[in-house]
Amino acid sequence: MAKVLVVTSGKGGVGKTTSTAAIGAALAQSGKNVVVVDFDVGLRNLDLVMGAERRVVFDLINVVQGDAKLSQALIRDKRVDTLSILPASQTRDKDALTPDGVARVIAELREKFDWVVCDSPAGIEKGAQMAMYHADEAVVVTNPEVSSVRDSDRIIGMLDSTTLRAKNGQKIDKHLLLTRYDPARAARGEMLRTEDVLEILSIPLLGIIPESEEVLRASNLGSPVTLSNPESAPARAYFDAVRRLQGETLEMSVPSDRKGLFGKWFKWRVA
Amino acid sequence: MSLLSFFTRKNSAPVARDRLQILLAHERSNGEGQSELIAKLREEILEVIARHVTIDRDKVQVKLDRGASVSTLEIDIEVPGLKLAGVRANGAATAAVEKPAPVEKPEGEDDAEPETASH
Repeated sequence: MAKVLVVTSGKGGVGKTTSTAAIGAALAQSGKNVVVVDFDVGLRNLDLVMGAERRVVFDLINVVQGDAKLSQALIRDKRVDTLSILPASQTRDKDALTPDGVARVIAELREKFDWVVCDSPAGIEKGAQMAMYHADEAVVVTNPEVSSVRDSDRIIGMLDSTTLRAKNGQKIDKHLLLTRYDPARAARGEMLRTEDVLEILSIPLLGIIPESEEVLRASNLGSPVTLSNPESAPARAYFDAVRRLQGETLEMSVPSDRKGLFGKWFKWRVA
Repeated sequence: MSLLSFFTRKNSAPVARDRLQILLAHERSNGEGQSELIAKLREEILEVIARHVTIDRDKVQVKLDRGASVSTLEIDIEVPGLKLAGVRANGAATAAVEKPAPVEKPEGEDDAEPETASH
């Protein structure tokens, strides 16, 4: 049965779009049929991060309003043929997303794909609520930093109260994805540790993505990091996160790019 | 940064954790009601005081300090030329709020209890 996953955070700039691209691609690389949907109407960027910006003809709003068919708006990824992207509109505003229209599009996507990964806009307003409304599961992207943790707490509250599942008295599975994590700084007491964030937010940990130059390199190239450099530390962290998302139990560790003698020292393990 | 301050510099992550824990405990229990509550308290307390003494509404300061177990709400009211007996001569009224316990009334008041016990 298809799963709708929302990637959300409240705060902007913590890595929602990067994570949507990486998780969507990693799921597709494991053989699943995946669509990544950009809900950031007016500020679309998922197409750019995925390297599909020059192939956008129709968008989510066109489909929601019935001006284009879903099949016309979906863009098939050139690298992984089980991966598609549904871009957001760059010119319209969020009010063009009607609840009925979004419900219809999500229902249609559920029939075509195994995973529907929704990239939420920042904030807690209509766009973000629309992105999470139909979700079965949520990935809450959080940086180990006070404002990000506070906003994540707020978003977790909304996931438990304003989504369709919440309204039907069902649970929505929430997963914490800690991004831009620096284990060395956390060990020195300069950055919130994984345990601190977990204790405060109390939702299960999906993965820890280390701070890495590879993430910027991937977006420069227009490729999810799991495709641009699958051996890199952040890519390995995303692959692990995706395996956990599919029900596997893996030991939690923060992958590192450092090699050689120091490699062992920097293979940080987390409780 | 001097060598001494380098060695004595306190770790910042535990501070971040403690601040977040206190803040979120309040945000989760109060949500949107918090700022409304302060405004309501302010209005009702001023109303009671104004019944007995003349006060300048621009010279009222409301301060809130959220703590882990006890929060304090400080309301500082400047009372020019105090005329009435029964109100303290220094002219300052301080109300302490201990959550979730009800609000202690400022001294010298007997009625017009602020409706805060339910928050």
